Amino acid sequence: MFSHSPELIKELEEKTQRFRVEIIKMIYNAQSGHPGGSLSAIDILTCLYFHQMKIKPEDPSWEDRDRFILSKGHAAPALYIILAELGYFPKENLSTLRQVGSILQGHPDMRKTPGVEISTGSLGNGLSIGIGMALSTKLSKKNYHVYVLIGDGECDEGEIWEAAMAAAKYKLDNLTAICDFNRVQLDGPIDEIMPLDSLPEKWKAFNWNVMEIDGHNMGEILDALDKAKQVKRKPTIIVAHTIKGKGVSFMENKFQWHGRAPNKEEYEIALQELRGAKE
Amino acid sequence: MSKKIAIRDAFGEALVDLGYKNNKVVVLDADVSHSTKTIKFEEKFPDRFFNIGVAEANMMNIAAGFATCGFIPFVSTFSFLACLRAGEQIRTSVAYPKLNVKIAAGYGGLSDSYDGTTHQSVCDIAIARSIPNMTVIVVADAQETKIAVPVIAQHEGPVFFRLSRAEVPVIFDENHKFQIGKGNILKEGSDVTLIATGVMLAKALEAADKLEKERVSTQVLEIHTIKPLDERIILQAAKETGAIVTAEEHSILGGLGSAIAELLAKHHPVPVEMVGILDTFAESGPYEKLLDRYGMSVSDIVKAAKRGLKRKNSSISK
Repeated sequence: MFSHSPELIKELEEKTQRFRVEIIKMIYNAQSGHPGGSLSAIDILTCLYFHQMKIKPEDPSWEDRDRFILSKGHAAPALYIILAELGYFPKENLSTLRQVGSILQGHPDMRKTPGVEISTGSLGNGLSIGIGMALSTKLSKKNYHVYVLIGDGECDEGEIWEAAMAAAKYKLDNLTAICDFNRVQLDGPIDEIMPLDSLPEKWKAFNWNVMEIDGHNMGEILDALDKAKQVKRKPTIIVAHTIKGKGVSFMENKFQWHGRAPNKEEYEIALQELRGAKE
Repeated sequence: MSKKIAIRDAFGEALVDLGYKNNKVVVLDADVSHSTKTIKFEEKFPDRFFNIGVAEANMMNIAAGFATCGFIPFVSTFSFLACLRAGEQIRTSVAYPKLNVKIAAGYGGLSDSYDGTTHQSVCDIAIARSIPNMTVIVVADAQETKIAVPVIAQHEGPVFFRLSRAEVPVIFDENHKFQIGKGNILKEGSDVTLIATGVMLAKALEAADKLEKERVSTQVLEIHTIKPLDERIILQAAKETGAIVTAEEHSILGGLGSAIAELLAKHHPVPVEMVGILDTFAESGPYEKLLDRYGMSVSDIVKAAKRGLKRKNSSISK
């Protein structure tokens, strides 16, 4: 059914389950951070870093590497576990998240964390930065691809739509945006805070190639990323339907878990659930 | 010093020269290229020019993206839009990661005089100066603009440099030495030092002539780099003359005057008189008339120098 082997899909699924445990651990240790959006994004990030992107972790500044921008920078723990797993920095750093002197800031810092392409965290910036990178690719006659993960709440920012216009103007077929569409923002459900429907139609109206997928289905994610690279003369956005807090029952779809760390009891239940699912 | 050339024209020409010499230079503008004169660059290098439309925030971040890939983006718009509309993007995506983005802040001060308060820019230096990692430069004439642009391009790191729409007297010739972070003494003197930046430098020189006629030995110092400040040359002027007048086309809150007062308060307190726009908005009108009306005329500098001298002498007599 999918164009990738069941073995690959299974391997990636096993990884994400392990990463979910690590995300919860990091945020619990720091007693601060954003579990909801990290857990909704981890499957997409895993597919990008462990299959889709051309990267050389041993040479982070390799010129021809594909670029990834975590525009929704609060999902930093999801990015950090992946970068550590790939060897960009030692895993021991993960327990220092958000602590003084750590290379792992609350939001990604390109000058402190190897593998981070650009500092992000203030919403609305990443897609525009991705345009600058994608234009650079074309100007230098290289062929690396630029991926940008944006949030749905982030789409409230006007600059996202400024970027949407500009990427279409320059026909950036080497730019793929992915929207982590978990339908919950910091203060509540997006339908209450700032309705976005129809999000895919909005992007179509801005002249983007638009795909919709289940953002927790590895086969669908991998296929969509492949297809995005085949589209010519248009940027692509993959609207990935996801679940905020995915994998931890009491966090799922709850805006209260946007930016809160679990206490000891919640932490143990969360680990039990995630490890149970693994076994 | 009678000849006047517009700083924006010099900027457009300097970009073209730079474009020939360095193929890593790209220029972005936000639908004001005919005003800022980046249009000159577009005419020669259409592939390296990006008109992002009326979207300054987007433009600033696109520039950051270019910089991460080894290009040297010059981002051009009106100064108030650069530092206020795109101020957060400058802070987060340019200054915080120390990216090599050059912010060409056009239409500084009151130079877009007839368009009025919405288009004038009197708090840009204060904002840019308070952002960590940012170098802040204000050029004084067309010649300095031409010399500064390639120096700014060579400098590694973010630079906010303020330009002007106005035609202003040419002070410097092609042998002018422009070094980021280094002040220039244009005239020696022993009673008072006029420290000026940008288009106020020409007025400070005129004020010095008037003061000399009244037997006040007046030093004139140009500070084009507001940050990092040339502390040595300013402290030396304070020690030698004992009275300082600052002159800038900017609010007296947070600009050159503030930077110098901060330095002197800490290391060598002497009377400092600040010439600039008071804490107020201006209005529409002819440029020179606005500068007069809002406290930035030659006679405002002369009066400030006399106030400074009086304070200096009364503190000496005590």
